Amino acid sequence: MRSVSSLRARAEGLGAVLPPLLADAEHLAATVILGEHGRRRAGMGDDFWQYRPAHAGDAAHSIDWRRSARSDAHFVRELEWQAAQSVTLWVDQGQSMHFASAKGLPEKVDRARLLGLALALVLLRGGERVGLAHAGDDPGAAIAPRSGRSQAQVLAQALAGRAAPDDYAPPLTAGVEARSLVVLLSDFLGDIGPILRAMADIANRGARALLVQVLDPAERDFPYQGRVIFRSIGGGLAHETRQAGDLRARYRQRLGERQDELTRLAGHSGGRFHLLTTGAPATEGLQWLYRAVQGGRG
Amino acid sequence: MTGLLPVGLGFDAPLLLLTLLALPILWWLLRAIPPAPVLRRFPGVALLIGLDDRDTTSDRTPWWLLVLRILAVGAAIIGFAGPVLAPAQADRPGSGPLVILVDGTWAAAADWTARSAYLSDLLAQAQRLGRPVALANLADTPEPLIFQSADTWAGRLAALQPRAWARARDADWLPALPEGRFETRWLSDGLDAPGTSDLTAALLARGPVTVTLGRANLVALRTPVFADGAITVGAERPFAGPAADVQVVALGPDPSGVERDLGRAVLAFGKGATRAEARIDLPPELRNRIQRFELDGAAHAGAVALTDDSLKRRKVALVSDAADKEGLQLLSPLHYLRKALEPDAVLIEGGVGDVLPARPDVIVLADVAQLTETETKGLADWVGRGGLLLRFAGPRLAAADPVRLADDPLMPVRLRGGGKSVGGAMSWGAPKTLAAFPESSPFHGLVLPEDLQVKTQVLAEPDAALTANTVAALDDGTPLVTRKALGQGQVVLFHVTANADWSNLPLSGLFVQMLERLSISTRSQDQAAILAGQTFVPRRVLDGFGQMQGAGNLAGVAGAALAATLQAGPVAAVPPGIYATAERTVAVNALGAGQVLSPMAWPAGVTIEGFAAAKPQDLKGAFLVAALLLALLDILAALRLSGRLARGAPAALALGLALSLGPAPQARAQDAADQRAIQATEGVVLAYVETGDPAVDEISKAGLTGLGDQLLARTAVEPQAPMGVDLARDELAFFPFLYWPVTEDAAPLAAATYEKLNRYLRNGGMILFDTGDGDGSGMGGASPRTQALQRIAAGLDIPPLEPVPEDHVLTRSFYLLQDFPGRFVGAPVWVEAAPPDAALEKGMPFRNLNDGVTPVVIGGNDWASAWAVDDYGVPLLPVGRGGAGERQREYAYRFGVNLIMYVLTGNYKSDQVHVPALLERLGQ
Repeated sequence: MRSVSSLRARAEGLGAVLPPLLADAEHLAATVILGEHGRRRAGMGDDFWQYRPAHAGDAAHSIDWRRSARSDAHFVRELEWQAAQSVTLWVDQGQSMHFASAKGLPEKVDRARLLGLALALVLLRGGERVGLAHAGDDPGAAIAPRSGRSQAQVLAQALAGRAAPDDYAPPLTAGVEARSLVVLLSDFLGDIGPILRAMADIANRGARALLVQVLDPAERDFPYQGRVIFRSIGGGLAHETRQAGDLRARYRQRLGERQDELTRLAGHSGGRFHLLTTGAPATEGLQWLYRAVQGGRG
Repeated sequence: MTGLLPVGLGFDAPLLLLTLLALPILWWLLRAIPPAPVLRRFPGVALLIGLDDRDTTSDRTPWWLLVLRILAVGAAIIGFAGPVLAPAQADRPGSGPLVILVDGTWAAAADWTARSAYLSDLLAQAQRLGRPVALANLADTPEPLIFQSADTWAGRLAALQPRAWARARDADWLPALPEGRFETRWLSDGLDAPGTSDLTAALLARGPVTVTLGRANLVALRTPVFADGAITVGAERPFAGPAADVQVVALGPDPSGVERDLGRAVLAFGKGATRAEARIDLPPELRNRIQRFELDGAAHAGAVALTDDSLKRRKVALVSDAADKEGLQLLSPLHYLRKALEPDAVLIEGGVGDVLPARPDVIVLADVAQLTETETKGLADWVGRGGLLLRFAGPRLAAADPVRLADDPLMPVRLRGGGKSVGGAMSWGAPKTLAAFPESSPFHGLVLPEDLQVKTQVLAEPDAALTANTVAALDDGTPLVTRKALGQGQVVLFHVTANADWSNLPLSGLFVQMLERLSISTRSQDQAAILAGQTFVPRRVLDGFGQMQGAGNLAGVAGAALAATLQAGPVAAVPPGIYATAERTVAVNALGAGQVLSPMAWPAGVTIEGFAAAKPQDLKGAFLVAALLLALLDILAALRLSGRLARGAPAALALGLALSLGPAPQARAQDAADQRAIQATEGVVLAYVETGDPAVDEISKAGLTGLGDQLLARTAVEPQAPMGVDLARDELAFFPFLYWPVTEDAAPLAAATYEKLNRYLRNGGMILFDTGDGDGSGMGGASPRTQALQRIAAGLDIPPLEPVPEDHVLTRSFYLLQDFPGRFVGAPVWVEAAPPDAALEKGMPFRNLNDGVTPVVIGGNDWASAWAVDDYGVPLLPVGRGGAGERQREYAYRFGVNLIMYVLTGNYKSDQVHVPALLERLGQ
């Protein structure tokens, strides 16, 4: 049941989150110096690429008469191919992402949203089409990739949505277009099964996946000692130990295994895996993301 | 230390200690139960699922944490059981009659307050147990001990004051002891006295004896001696302790009559030594002024050594006829006098006109008959002002014109012309010898040598006054020495020559003793002989605390008794003090010349207690604090163990704690002093004397703050925040006004502090003494605070006081006031007395009291409490009741305003009586 007041409260909450998120993302995106990222080959686009002698079969209207008049041959004016790529983002909104081990650190989900939105802004500026694999609170819906400045607003709103109720949200692949790029921002700490399925789905669609694992430093280092009951953020899972320090090595080993698996999965789809911690500056993450998005098309 | 204190630990609730038995169980429980788990949110838990602990027993509580916790619990249990250190009295209730013997001697005066408290504890306890008590001051004359109820004695405790003398002959108390068996508590000064062993033996035979000893660092001064050009001050201590330096101060009036520190020396007691000596070398002018020596900071009669004539060097002028210069030395009329006086007097020789300006104490005229009129007049004036003129006869005097001599005012008797020669070849009869000195004579009691012969002398005309004026006569009654009072001084005539021509008196020892009796020389070799036969009147006496008191109606003391006292130490009949006859003064000090301070050797069977044991020390707080600290440590340790505390945080915390508890750095003391001076001079700052009692100081501060607020609101005076003053340390010159609350246990001030205070008072500072007990400022009553005030004020240069007269400027310097209430009303307030010649101004209701702003205002109305306000300006303490009380507070403020106005403007208001006269003179 959604009363008017709760709607309003949510709207206000959203309004409170959105501008800072968008502003932060803009700020972050500004750090990426973006050239016109043409495809370095002839194709559909606005910018001049080259004149080439007309072949047989070229349509008459494709001949550039002004250039041809200066010589005896006919030239066709080719434009650089500027076909926009579509990128689908997925930012894990699961409970496990709402975690920060220390006061100075942002929650993982905040960092993931920020990176996602900043990447979206950068890409939108570059003329790409960016979509979201989930729209707000509704896990079934997706935001189809679109280009344009207004898309940023839509994405920001969708990203600022509520957390998913589950401890670990399964990656969503709805709306992933064939041969597109998928950027998955999550901690990937949950069950490996849904991840495997999602990756398989992505691979089936011929899309490329960038897996970005966002972890808190505590999750990477496991600095705990003594008798501890560990409980997941949602409270669904718990584990008690008498010697937390003793578990450190084994935990890190498991984490390493998980990361190896993710690297392998990303490689299958032609993408890459990267680990980001909330302790490191966000710009670093964005730089990597941007290079990864670019680099794939070498 | 004398005998170590038997330390005992007792508990208010000893049964609680049984719970200590539970500690091992606690140990076992704590060991068995691992520390409580910490709940942590952790997203990575999914990766942890299935990871088992390899060693399930490894994470037990570590042993040191166990020890910490056991200690904490143990300390808490012991703390709640109420540990009391040395509850000696509480532990031994005793029963049956109790005899309390108190050494109320000067040696006990130093810590008398504590002793009084101990006694009242003892009495209170006896009363709880319903024991009959007999109490006696062993320094008093023995009287039979009577058992009475303890509260009767408690009521009389205030009257029990230390005497200035020691216990004398303890065995005298034997008959005074009550019948039957009884327990004895003896509050001893620790000094031996004759007969004490008999007394203790007798007491032990009647029941248990417990001796309580006081402080062991007693030092007493011996009577200072003048020898070889310097004063030697000896001191003695009964208990050979570690090496110690004690300051001794010589005090006396300066030319303006203000008592000053005239010299100082350090008495250095060696380790294990019981005696120390110091030499003070002073010029004669200063030395003659010394009135007493004091041990700095000690307040008992033994720490004061009064001085008498023996330290003084008289200035003696010897005058003979100038014509005699060529004569043989041995025939010179002055030769024997010179020999007799040289060792201990300052001799001046010359004509009368030459010596008079030197203001000698004594002028000796040896056979001088002819004096000019000016000389006669000068001498007469000088004698009238207190000089002693000593004349000797001789051929010239004998040959002088009797008519002229009869008119001579400087002759005690009229002389007959010519002399009388006896025992010579041409005369009748044998040479005469002296008759015993009459009782009225200053020479009374001196022993006559057998071979004394007088061959020639001048004769006096017999008249009515002759007998009265004769102080020594020959055995046939012929006057040999006569004297006459003249103004404040006197003229003494020896009817023989000062050399051996006419008699062999100048050759005898008697001559020297006679001169000493006349206080011309002061060579007290044989005190007994010098003092014998005279009666000395006590002028001022010392009380047990070493303060000078009036002698009251003490009886005169025979010279022999006084001599005995000087040797054996003072007794009740001859307390320490200044004794005087017309000619000489004698000082009796607490320590007799033949006395040795020796510690009492208590026989076996006597229980000896330390005095400190009397005050049970409650350790409850200490134990509970320790438990709390341990618990805090435990928290830190537990946090550390469970990983909730960052590494290094405990160290930082401990460091912070240590820093906050540690003493403030001493550095920049100079800066602080400068800061203080700047703060004190930024405006009018009212200051109060810090007593060391935080509660009193707090009230003083709040009081002056309240008064400052009122001044700000009502007058043009805008005082800054009040400041506390440490008299010993701080500069006083910045403050126009000092508020000095007097507390019971106010410590005596050091001599340097007194000097500072006196300088402050002389330079226009004002001190408001407030005993705060509503007492009449020390007149008649003797509340403990008033006594403390008297002790403090004794060293201050305070003029004669009177209760504030109706027309005093204080009553009208801002408001018109009749009385000066604080929290108390009605007690008189004392200010400097008006000069006796203050006249009533014509047409004015006031006397003309123009000059002399009083340097002190003394009262007991507890003004600070009435003035005191808190941080919000709300009165801190109630005054009186209801509206009347508030009115009283208002009047208290008005007094304060008047006082500060008086301090700041002096007698300005008094000057206003002249306004009409001034206006008239201006022609208006």
